[in-house]
Amino acid sequence: MSASVRVRVDGRPVEVVAGSSVAAALALAGVVAARRSVDGQPRAPLCGMGVCFECRVRIDGIGQQRACMTPVRDGMSVDTDG
Amino acid sequence: MAEPVRDYDVLVIGAGPAGLAAARAARGHGVRVGLVDAQATPGGQVWRHAVGQPPTPATGSLAAAIASGVDWRAQTQIVAAGPDELLAEDATGALRLRYRALILATGARELLLPFPGWTLPGVTGAGGAQALAKQGVPQAGRRVLVAGRGPLLLAAADTLRRYGARVIGICERTPADRLWRFAAGLPRWPGKAAQAVALRLRLARMPYWNDSEVLAAEGDDRVEAVEIRRGRQRLRLACDGVAVGYGLVPNIELAQSLGCALDTGFRHPHVRVDEHQRTSLATVYAAGEACGVGGRDSALLEGAIAGHAAAAGENAIPRALRGRQRRARAFAAWLRHHFEPASATWPAIAGDTLLCRCEDVTLSELEGFSDPRDAKLATRCGMGACQGRICGAAITELGLFAGHPATPDRRPPLFPARLDTLAAPFVPTKTGASP
Repeated sequence: MSASVRVRVDGRPVEVVAGSSVAAALALAGVVAARRSVDGQPRAPLCGMGVCFECRVRIDGIGQQRACMTPVRDGMSVDTDG
Repeated sequence: MAEPVRDYDVLVIGAGPAGLAAARAARGHGVRVGLVDAQATPGGQVWRHAVGQPPTPATGSLAAAIASGVDWRAQTQIVAAGPDELLAEDATGALRLRYRALILATGARELLLPFPGWTLPGVTGAGGAQALAKQGVPQAGRRVLVAGRGPLLLAAADTLRRYGARVIGICERTPADRLWRFAAGLPRWPGKAAQAVALRLRLARMPYWNDSEVLAAEGDDRVEAVEIRRGRQRLRLACDGVAVGYGLVPNIELAQSLGCALDTGFRHPHVRVDEHQRTSLATVYAAGEACGVGGRDSALLEGAIAGHAAAAGENAIPRALRGRQRRARAFAAWLRHHFEPASATWPAIAGDTLLCRCEDVTLSELEGFSDPRDAKLATRCGMGACQGRICGAAITELGLFAGHPATPDRRPPLFPARLDTLAAPFVPTKTGASP
């Protein structure tokens, strides 16, 4: 079985299989929207390959990170504005 | 600030099949080779690493490249192009990558087209859904409709099913007569035919509808249902996900920003290359999907051709590679012929459908403009984080602003970057970039 890492998504602890992306951590944490659009609509991963920027979240205090392009790391802290 | 500088004889951008083949071929000539990718793992999209699955061919290929002395730089995003060097960003900050020869293996992205409700969480690309599943996004029990155009839909449905999703149907926009002509010609490429038959058999129990498409996604804060057209019928299906992709668009932005000539004889332009994979710039080569979507086989061959040529000159290219590359390209052209009609009409878009997801700009907001530049300045369409990659391809496909070049000038940064990266000294002078 693959090892797992622990991350926090909007303060809630989640266990995620090592090698997964932050997008996977969001889904496992039950987060539907990664961010709000300029008009306030909920948005979630669309392209899955780093092009659309719909999955932007704050990771360890640094904003505008693509959840689909970032692998989870033990102790990582992820914040959405969804 | 003195950001780190790396010097390479051959710098390869993108570690999919083309980039990996290019780096290994170049390194075989003993020169200094750098291989850069924005992702954490090699493979690009076609050899994407899947959590909990056996390694892809990319893992072994990268290991061999590293063992031979290739400098691998993962999670490194190219931000801007300067003379003989690129400005990049990784987790530690800005980086300057200098090269004698550059190989662009930037691949392709998915063609995503707007329809009412396409911004709802749960609506993804078809390849996008596949990528997310491989990243570990749970699929078990999800009811997903796969839709769009082309053979990628079958692969996406197969991946989703393997991860436990319930694929409620596949909507292929291409009508049956075109699909039959495609199937009838398949035996000319026996390897491809065997793959197609195996895939179709695995999906034998999955509903597959041709001449059908998504009209709208519905839901409050996430997708709950999808309305489709199936022939002349309209149906509404309850679902948890809609995975829609209409094919692939070459990633030409870096080439464009370098000043490489484009081949504009296609709806979505390609990087123009000669038989040695050289672009219009003497020190810049391109290989794989950036030169026109051709699939993994042509990407591997073109990557190797570019790697040999960039490291040791045209005479170093093994003769056998070229014939195989032409054959692989012929398959791609034939595929495009059947799935991409010369003109397409897209009914599934309303005036209040958002075209630009970054800046929330609707179709009707754009319709008053005839010049894309005016539209962009007035509405901010295309000025958001994706830098027009999603809406630009959609606008081209929808035929808006006809008569204007589909590929306006590209300005840096190529991707959103941190301020301290952009502040890194990058002053072009007569002698090249200087600190």
